[in-house]
Amino acid sequence: MSRKALDYDQINENVKKAQYAVRGELYLRASELQKEGKKIIFTNVGNPHALGQKPLTFPRQAPFLLDDPNVGLVFPADAIAKAKMYLSYTAGGLGAYSDSRGLPGIRKENAIIIGDSDPELIYLTDGASKGVMQMLQTIIRGNGDGILVPVPQYPLYSAAISLFGGALVPYYLEETANWGLDINNLRQSVRAMVIINPGNPTGQCLSVDNLQQILRFCHQENLVLLGDEVYQQNVYQDERPFISSRKVLLDMGPPISKEVQLISFHTVSKGFLGECGQRGGYFEMTNIPPQTVDEIYKVASISLSPNVPGQIFMGVMVSPPKPGDISYDRFLRESKGILESLRKRAHMMTDGFNSCKNVVCNFTEGAMYSFPQIKLPPKAIAAAKSAGKVPDVFYCLKLLEATGISTGFPPEDDHFAGRGGHACNHGEFQEVQ
Amino acid sequence: MRKFVAHRAKTIITKATASLFTPHRIHPTSSSSSSSSDFYYYYYTRTLNRFFTSLDSSTSMSSDKSAPPLTVESLNPKVLKCEYAVRGEIVSLAQKLQQDLQANPGSHPFEEILYCNIGNPQSLGQQPITFFREVLALCDHPTILDKSETQGLFSADSIERAWQILDQIPGRATGAYSHSQGIKGLRDAIAAGIEARDGFSADPNDIFLTDGASPAVHMMMQLLIRSEKDGIFCPIPQYPLYSASIALHGGTLVPYYLDEATGWGLEVSELKKQLEIARQNGITVRALVVINPGNPTGQVLAEENQRDIVEFCKKEGLVLLADEVYQENIYAPNKQFHSFKKVSRSMGYGDKDIPLVSFQSVSKGYYGECGKRGGYMEVTGFSPEVREQIYKVASVNLCSNISGQILASLVMSPPKVGDESYDSYFAERDGILQSLARRAKTLEDALNSLEGVSCNKAEGAMYLFPRIRLPNKAIKEAEAAKKAPDAYYASRLLNATGIVVVPGSGFGQVPGTWHFRCTILPQEEKIPAIVSRLTEFHKKFMDEFRD
Repeated sequence: MSRKALDYDQINENVKKAQYAVRGELYLRASELQKEGKKIIFTNVGNPHALGQKPLTFPRQAPFLLDDPNVGLVFPADAIAKAKMYLSYTAGGLGAYSDSRGLPGIRKENAIIIGDSDPELIYLTDGASKGVMQMLQTIIRGNGDGILVPVPQYPLYSAAISLFGGALVPYYLEETANWGLDINNLRQSVRAMVIINPGNPTGQCLSVDNLQQILRFCHQENLVLLGDEVYQQNVYQDERPFISSRKVLLDMGPPISKEVQLISFHTVSKGFLGECGQRGGYFEMTNIPPQTVDEIYKVASISLSPNVPGQIFMGVMVSPPKPGDISYDRFLRESKGILESLRKRAHMMTDGFNSCKNVVCNFTEGAMYSFPQIKLPPKAIAAAKSAGKVPDVFYCLKLLEATGISTGFPPEDDHFAGRGGHACNHGEFQEVQ
Repeated sequence: MRKFVAHRAKTIITKATASLFTPHRIHPTSSSSSSSSDFYYYYYTRTLNRFFTSLDSSTSMSSDKSAPPLTVESLNPKVLKCEYAVRGEIVSLAQKLQQDLQANPGSHPFEEILYCNIGNPQSLGQQPITFFREVLALCDHPTILDKSETQGLFSADSIERAWQILDQIPGRATGAYSHSQGIKGLRDAIAAGIEARDGFSADPNDIFLTDGASPAVHMMMQLLIRSEKDGIFCPIPQYPLYSASIALHGGTLVPYYLDEATGWGLEVSELKKQLEIARQNGITVRALVVINPGNPTGQVLAEENQRDIVEFCKKEGLVLLADEVYQENIYAPNKQFHSFKKVSRSMGYGDKDIPLVSFQSVSKGYYGECGKRGGYMEVTGFSPEVREQIYKVASVNLCSNISGQILASLVMSPPKVGDESYDSYFAERDGILQSLARRAKTLEDALNSLEGVSCNKAEGAMYLFPRIRLPNKAIKEAEAAKKAPDAYYASRLLNATGIVVVPGSGFGQVPGTWHFRCTILPQEEKIPAIVSRLTEFHKKFMDEFRD
């Protein structure tokens, strides 16, 4: 037998088709340069701790105190009490598989904070990404199934849809997106719609009006709404606060509030906690029929359980120290400090980009990214072409080689190239520019 | 300068007007520059045209407008097809009984539910290894490393190891996403551990750290399975992650039967026979899963047997998927663990000769850190292009959790002779392993004393998989209750004693035979009660149904 099972031409096509630019070509080149000794600033991924953001003290004390019960002398009393409480939620400590949905006590905590929520419909996951992948796998039956995804988007969606053999149906994020797509006449069924609110990479927050329109649309077209709300604590302006899709949905009253199917995602990786490495997150189901929930549970059970420390982070995140607690002042100082700094950097980056020639950058209302648009001169575009690269990738590679700044870019680049030299660039904040 | 429209990006999705989208429709934007409209129009039509031409009209499915999209009828059928008995129906029943007991003590003929369904040692009282937890705690809260109290509370070598690990993490940031294969320094430690274990070199770039071994298995299934025409060889009985994963990824499970009469032996003749049948059915068999030590069967393969398996895979062009998560759980004094990597290298097969993926986990062994979700796969024998694809899939999830990664490195490079913590580490480890061996023996003997029950020795892993010969009356009763006979037995056992086991049908068995899987994990002091309750129940059951 000459063909081996894992020869390149023998592997699953869906795997080959999938793209995930956040850690793709540019990142790999940056890593190479770093190995050669060049100082690289990674702005490609929303990974705050890697760029010097300090973890908050209290969350780090509460869960990890549990790893050694002898350390009573080193931690404040409220951290110790919190730790004991979380320990009591587990059946056997941090080293035991929990319920496949996550520890009931922590799901209850989350349900209370969300307000009027059923803990049985909140599933904790190893980061929000796992939850997204699980839901897409459940929804996509074959390549006849389309998922509406915003453009630009966070490439987890395009990668996951590709991996599961579905079809990505793009929709524009713009003022008068009269995209004229008559769903009825598509030769495939569109099953779900993804919204990222606050947006990644664009940072905008959706207004109540927007959300209502989206929900009505989903109701009319029988779409499941997948609400990626991982940046809900990263909002840097006051005019448009974050409002959850679930709240808007329930406020709209029946029939919509009882019929639109919604999955909302959250994480411990963003906000001011930035605990990316813990892999903690959840999804909440609204209006999903019980039999479907059973199937979702079944798939969750195959992976046994989400990691327990990550689950506890989810608990501490939604119920942090309160006024009067010993750790409250420090917690407030740390969390406010981080958010204020992020807000400051949002302004700095925007202004900085806008001061560059041929660059336009909208203010980052939320999330963690700048998304400047760069008008590349024709010579640059030609040079890119002869180098066999898409213009904005070409620009980013040059930027990397010259300055050590590693950025990311949206994967749908070939659409941005060629016409008028517009390109999009995706960067993260850094204190030193 | 053209403003990017997303600036005023309130997302407005307007319902499509009655007219169809046509290529001539200009996409209105709020920009004043005409080139932008052209641009968006260009983008948009290109996207849509590409989108339309990519459609396979033969697979179009019309959505049922009257039903909401996420009903059972409209889910991905692969999700509906897969099963995972370890946390299946019997466990749901057990949880219900547990709630009954909490609300109403005395409502059942037992005081507590004893979960013997799942390999979850710490949930049943097994203690974590102190050294590992010390290092983890310090890594997670490095600010205490400088405090003087810490020196008094933690062993010196755990502090040293924590510093070492933190120095391998850029910025000492344990809260940051790491490299998608896992932190390099930790992979170095794991590779060194593999080398020390096998006597053959290991490359840190071949290691992919994952949230437990299960996600790594899923990744390989995703890579290997293109359609239902692709088959994956699985042992019967097997750990149902494999059957579930194959179903989820749309492939076909090709069974090979382990021989209960010879202690669950794996015969290459059986492999050959099943391969032939599969091929005749038009199935392309892509890989062979071997679980060693076995789950649920517990057998430890003899080295010669392993060599035959390696030869078979090489000859037939199969990827060898070696689930070795129980490598530290060996109780038979005459048996030893040999990794498939070691076996194939000792046969002279190098990286160019045989594709082999070896899975390890922090959930088993003597460490039992299930809840941390730590594990890795060592991927050898693939081309760089395929390795790139594996990396790409790993990167979509960014990285596995850092605690789990640290634990994996500790498991593969624990304290050595001479280290301050060595003695206590060794005592803890030895205590746990010997206790497991004792419990395995006690339960095995107890099961073998039951009427109509025969139980093979657990040479390794954490389970017993006894065979029960059910009387015809019982089988008929089960049929009437619409249950598989072993599921019926298991639910009767649960209702009478509170003991939760998993029916053999969840793992696969020779048709017409019945088994159940029971863990050896309840604490030693509980074992006598389990044995007596089980014995009493079985006697009553046989009295009720004896032919």
